[in-house]
Amino acid sequence: MIRKRKKFKKVLILGSGAIKIGEAGEFDYCGSQAIKALKEEKIQVILVNPNIATVQTSEDMADKVYLLPVNDYFVEKIIEKERPDGILLGFGGQTALNVGIELFKKGIFQKYEVNVLGTSVEAIRDTEDRKLFSKRLQEINLEIPKSNAVTSVKEALDTAKELGYPVMCRIAYALGGLGSGIAYNSSQLKSIAEKAFAYTEQILIEECLSGWKEIEYEIVRDSYDNCIAVCSMENVDPMGIHTGESIVVAPVQTISASENFKLRSYAIKLIRHLGIVGECNIQFALDPNSEDYRVIEVNARLSRSSALASKATGYPLAFIAAKLALGYGLIELKNIITRTTSACFEPALDYIVLKYPRWDLEKFKKVNTNIGSEMKSVGEVMAIGRSFEEVLQKAIRMLDIGMYGLVGNKVEFEDLEKELKSPTDKKMFAIARAIEGGYSLAEIYRLSGVNPWFLHKIKNIITTKEKLEQLSCSELSPSLLQEAKKQGFSDNQIALLTGSDELTIRRKRKELGIIPYVKQIDTLAAEYPAKTNYLYLTYHGQEDDLTFQEKNQVIVLGGGPYRVGSSVEFDWCCVNAVKTLKKLNYSTIMINYNPETVSTDYDICDKLYFEELTLERILDIYEKERPLGIIISMGGQIPNNLALRFSQANIKVLGTDPLNIDTAEDRHKFSSLLDKLQIDQPAWEELTSIEEAEKFAEQVGYPVLIRPSYILSGAAMSIALNKRELTKYLKKASNVSKDYPVVVSKFIVNGKEIEVDAVAKNGKLICYAISEHIENAGVHSGDATIVLPPQRTYLETLRKIKIVTRKIAQSLQISGPFNIQFIAKDNKIKVIECNLRSSRSFPFVSKVVKLNFIDLATRIIMGEEVPENNYSFFDLNFVGVKAPQFSFSRLKGSDPVLGVEMVSTGEVACLGDDFNEAFLKSLISVGFRLPKKNILLSTGPLESKVEFLESTRILKQMNYKFYATRGTANFMKENGIEAEVLYWPSEEREPNVITYLVNRKIDLVINIPKNTETVELDNDYIIRRKAVDFNIPLITNITFAKRFVEALSEVKLEDLKVESWDYYKV
Amino acid sequence: MDKEMDKAIYKKIDKEIDKEVGSAKLLLEDGSVFFGKLFGARKIVSGEVIFNTGMIGYPESLTDPSYQGQIVVFTYPLIGNYGVPFPVRENNLLKYFESEKIQVKALVVTEYSENYYHWNTEQSLSEWLKENQIPALSGIDTRKLTKILREKGSMLGKIITHIPNDEKKITEFQDPNNTNNNNLVPEVSVKEPIVYEKGKKRIILVDCGVKNSILQAFLRRDITVIRVPWDYDFLSEKADGILISNGPGDPRKCELTINNIRRAMAKNIPILGICLGCQLLGLAAGAETYKLKYGHRGQNQPCLEVGTNRCYITTQNHGYSIDSNTLKEDWREWFFNVNDQTNEGIIHISRPFFGAQFHPEASPGPDDTEFIFNMFLRVIS
Repeated sequence: MIRKRKKFKKVLILGSGAIKIGEAGEFDYCGSQAIKALKEEKIQVILVNPNIATVQTSEDMADKVYLLPVNDYFVEKIIEKERPDGILLGFGGQTALNVGIELFKKGIFQKYEVNVLGTSVEAIRDTEDRKLFSKRLQEINLEIPKSNAVTSVKEALDTAKELGYPVMCRIAYALGGLGSGIAYNSSQLKSIAEKAFAYTEQILIEECLSGWKEIEYEIVRDSYDNCIAVCSMENVDPMGIHTGESIVVAPVQTISASENFKLRSYAIKLIRHLGIVGECNIQFALDPNSEDYRVIEVNARLSRSSALASKATGYPLAFIAAKLALGYGLIELKNIITRTTSACFEPALDYIVLKYPRWDLEKFKKVNTNIGSEMKSVGEVMAIGRSFEEVLQKAIRMLDIGMYGLVGNKVEFEDLEKELKSPTDKKMFAIARAIEGGYSLAEIYRLSGVNPWFLHKIKNIITTKEKLEQLSCSELSPSLLQEAKKQGFSDNQIALLTGSDELTIRRKRKELGIIPYVKQIDTLAAEYPAKTNYLYLTYHGQEDDLTFQEKNQVIVLGGGPYRVGSSVEFDWCCVNAVKTLKKLNYSTIMINYNPETVSTDYDICDKLYFEELTLERILDIYEKERPLGIIISMGGQIPNNLALRFSQANIKVLGTDPLNIDTAEDRHKFSSLLDKLQIDQPAWEELTSIEEAEKFAEQVGYPVLIRPSYILSGAAMSIALNKRELTKYLKKASNVSKDYPVVVSKFIVNGKEIEVDAVAKNGKLICYAISEHIENAGVHSGDATIVLPPQRTYLETLRKIKIVTRKIAQSLQISGPFNIQFIAKDNKIKVIECNLRSSRSFPFVSKVVKLNFIDLATRIIMGEEVPENNYSFFDLNFVGVKAPQFSFSRLKGSDPVLGVEMVSTGEVACLGDDFNEAFLKSLISVGFRLPKKNILLSTGPLESKVEFLESTRILKQMNYKFYATRGTANFMKENGIEAEVLYWPSEEREPNVITYLVNRKIDLVINIPKNTETVELDNDYIIRRKAVDFNIPLITNITFAKRFVEALSEVKLEDLKVESWDYYKV
Repeated sequence: MDKEMDKAIYKKIDKEIDKEVGSAKLLLEDGSVFFGKLFGARKIVSGEVIFNTGMIGYPESLTDPSYQGQIVVFTYPLIGNYGVPFPVRENNLLKYFESEKIQVKALVVTEYSENYYHWNTEQSLSEWLKENQIPALSGIDTRKLTKILREKGSMLGKIITHIPNDEKKITEFQDPNNTNNNNLVPEVSVKEPIVYEKGKKRIILVDCGVKNSILQAFLRRDITVIRVPWDYDFLSEKADGILISNGPGDPRKCELTINNIRRAMAKNIPILGICLGCQLLGLAAGAETYKLKYGHRGQNQPCLEVGTNRCYITTQNHGYSIDSNTLKEDWREWFFNVNDQTNEGIIHISRPFFGAQFHPEASPGPDDTEFIFNMFLRVIS
């Protein structure tokens, strides 16, 4: 029967590094589950992941954590040092998989006798190499898109000619479809292929299946050849749009049983043939007009889709995959939800889930907003309900992009037809507009490729909206109200359409008994009782699955979708808050809806509501659950913004008083407070016209910083150096008015930014950490490289910061976490921002100083006594550096330059004996390669040229060869440094910068923009963009560049210590 | 929140829905009432209320003769999405359907999708139901209903679509299994033998309410099938093997079939039983059957092959089961359900008799156990 399993003692897990487009929090969830699965077996777990904000790198997870780059160099060193007997490659996304393949090729696993657990590297290669993949499929007569793997641009063009345009161009070893694209003609293909060959040696040219249905399955297979299809998923957007960019529903909706089970059968056949052990994802294209199909790809690892499928079905794919990798059979494992039935089954859903991608395209300058075969979204949300209309509207609100639902906002399109045909991130709203505008569904189907079944459902929402618009609140019939709620209309949305207000609608519907009901996700559609409280609310119900008997409950609000500015850090905070609450014997309720998180793992808390973070929904839950109170300071800005409304609605907010939160959030109130406390702040004014703004700017002097109120990641912020720029900006942000005032403040040039992360109790500072930015003010704190403890800040400044922090904590009577940002110059400090909640840097500071700030904060919030921490962080024997991860390469056309708007998608942090070591480790962790020989310099305005001169000399001493644009080369020559002059891109003369970049003759580009806010297409932009497109390290910030050169001259790659987190003792 | 007030308010809504055209209700034996919207025929029916957890394949399920006499509740909330397929035939049998007509007494769902879209669609589910005179309700909390059935067991129910002239009609619950000591099988079995000529090998198919896909499984393998009524004395026919089909109701009611199977076993003719057929084989072999609390109906039932580590995902539709403790000597449990350990198949240790409680032909469902047909073929060749 069951074979004896080989026992493993020590297993290495590779993480996925920083959050980036295509690799987000889902791998924190996967890795965390794997760690849990291994620890149950008493296996020692070693984790490599520099993403310090993850839950998996927490102290109570793996036995040892290496906050080091996930690349072949470092992983080999770790293997050499740790000598694990097993390694898991499937839990860290494409990054881990690629490193695994690389190490396998080099024979490292063999050399150190490391067993690759689960799917073999050979099988992984069969799925990753398109040529091998085709071959394997042909062996068992499965249909694949007609295609040819090519190794040169010419071959690509020849193949395309054979297949006929349009063709799909795919890259082997891709991550989130990077560089893939549809080419409609030869010149488009040429450009895609050239770019692709910068990353890979092989690309695939294939028949274009645009418009076919895209269907996915999550397949699990054990070493006994048992195979199950855990989840089926259907992309609402047809083939041609990357699944990461698609709205996805589970289970499949528009295909017949015959089609579904045929595809399932092919999937299992293939997975067996490939010999996958564990979990994988398989994607099919299905002809909308027959049962014809193609196998598109297999991901032989946990993926975004598998995280989604886990959350959609309640089946813990990563946990099970880890067990199977250890040799368990599916029948030996239990269904974690029912705890009685077997893990060898296929979940039956009695609800529908919908995943909606979250884009942040407007944050990126010049970016192409079309969505297509490459992934650009930075996060996603998942809605659970019992009708398509319900989940669609829920999901749209969950995105937190200001939409009330599918309808209710004013969204206009210049060219609707174009919008439908070449979709952007606003596609769903374009469809809604088209339906309202009288387009026939057939026409919309023709243009958008969205199956008419979905369109009918969307139309139902429009029809209800039109009915609602005709009525006032008092005229609303109970049945219409009920219908609207079943279609996912929020009270607020109904209020807007009927000219009422949210709470009036709420009162009315409650009087009518129209309330949502709580349903459990149980994997078996109620066939067996569930022991797990994985919950959602729906209006398609008549009873709650729960009885709400528990006392002593505390709700923690999550952070919503990952996006620029709010990511895995807040998830770490939420998870830690819940852990502490449990330790304090509270019953915990988590509300969040991001499928990529650990906080939405139903194991983390006593009850998980996979629900909207809106006042309405939280009230619904609050009224049923009657908790002791609600913690809003862990999930970032979404819960924080609701503070005041919670207290108005009589929701007990635990921790800092919502009125004080409002004082910190409201610019006017906060400013008066600072004045009262005699704390300095940059001069600012809230203005409602361009004239006023100009007057103010003249008064305080340029440059000025312009921004809207209530910010998180600095959306739409900008710096104006002069009147011309100010006017231009304000005109662009045309709705400057009484309702939408703009805040203009004095911008401090060459100021140093310093952050304080702290915890206070009843206004008394309990603990704090001060970190310093490498880049000068002007770079968003989320994009800055941050070092802890501060290295180049005057003691005097630090002392002042501490005093001000105490004052603010005292005056706002803070009880819980908070963060203050300062700007320091000449030993003078000014406060630029204050948030009475945990911040992005809480996991970083907690893990570097090894004091869990969230644990402390949670204890304080619950009224526990905590000791004041008098420890001085200046005594740390090591340095932590947090570096941002950018995803510019995914965002075609975007200008990879830093400014006051945040553009990074993730971060890492590494530890070192000194700054230089930690700095270089963190840079390598975000994909930076140390230059070997050739450096291209284009150092911008004269002052930065002068500033960089010393660094140039150091580089020269290190025997680097310089290439430079003319101005920079002349300046260097004047100062006795030779550089080969390259022509500007626009000069179209050789030797040209572009040619050198394309041919990868440059190892590093240092391009300092003349003005961070210029938007014109210029030479500098082209250089930066090409560097990104061709995967060449790029530095655009002068302070950063200087520190990099310093570090480079002091530390060599071999000097970077391979030590685990616990080596660095506080 | 005041629960009593809640209820009162909800009743108010009930009344409003009640007034609406096309409203209907489902009454359960235990007194539960569910209000819904009618999307099938306007017809009062009574039957055994059971739930099915399959997420897809309503045309196949609704035409499965094993559902004879039952009011089917789909736990998956969105039904009707892809309409009803064109009546295409293969081997003169309907494709995408399991028999010539809808077999369920009534259908209950959460949300019926009035609009549908699929390349292979002729009509909407509602049109099809009306054509077949089958009532159907939407807008029901099928999860709540399922939990009642899970806790209290399958029970009788009635669909009331209107107030009939004779009000008595709606007050009686009718148990399809007990009414006039009724055997449901004759209602779904063929009346006369039908021969489906294919290859040289011939099997007898004892039709207790056979699904088209079971027939197709043999015809596609080039086997000639002689489909005979449930009570037919098939031993007079010359054949290489005997297949006892699926079908509705309590297996013990099919005494005639059980006797015939016993005689066939004595002659050592290879026998395969599927679903009800498996239970009949078990009864013929001296084992006992019993009624499950709420049956197995769905497409995700895991069945372990005894003595191996192989677990198959199967489609199931049965309310009765063989008690494996009562299996006689020489018989072994072949499969069991990993969720509740109930019997899912039996096999004789030396002679060519075996039965699967699940549906190897799937439809709708996973084809994991299609190998059972091949096993049977090997036995008869």
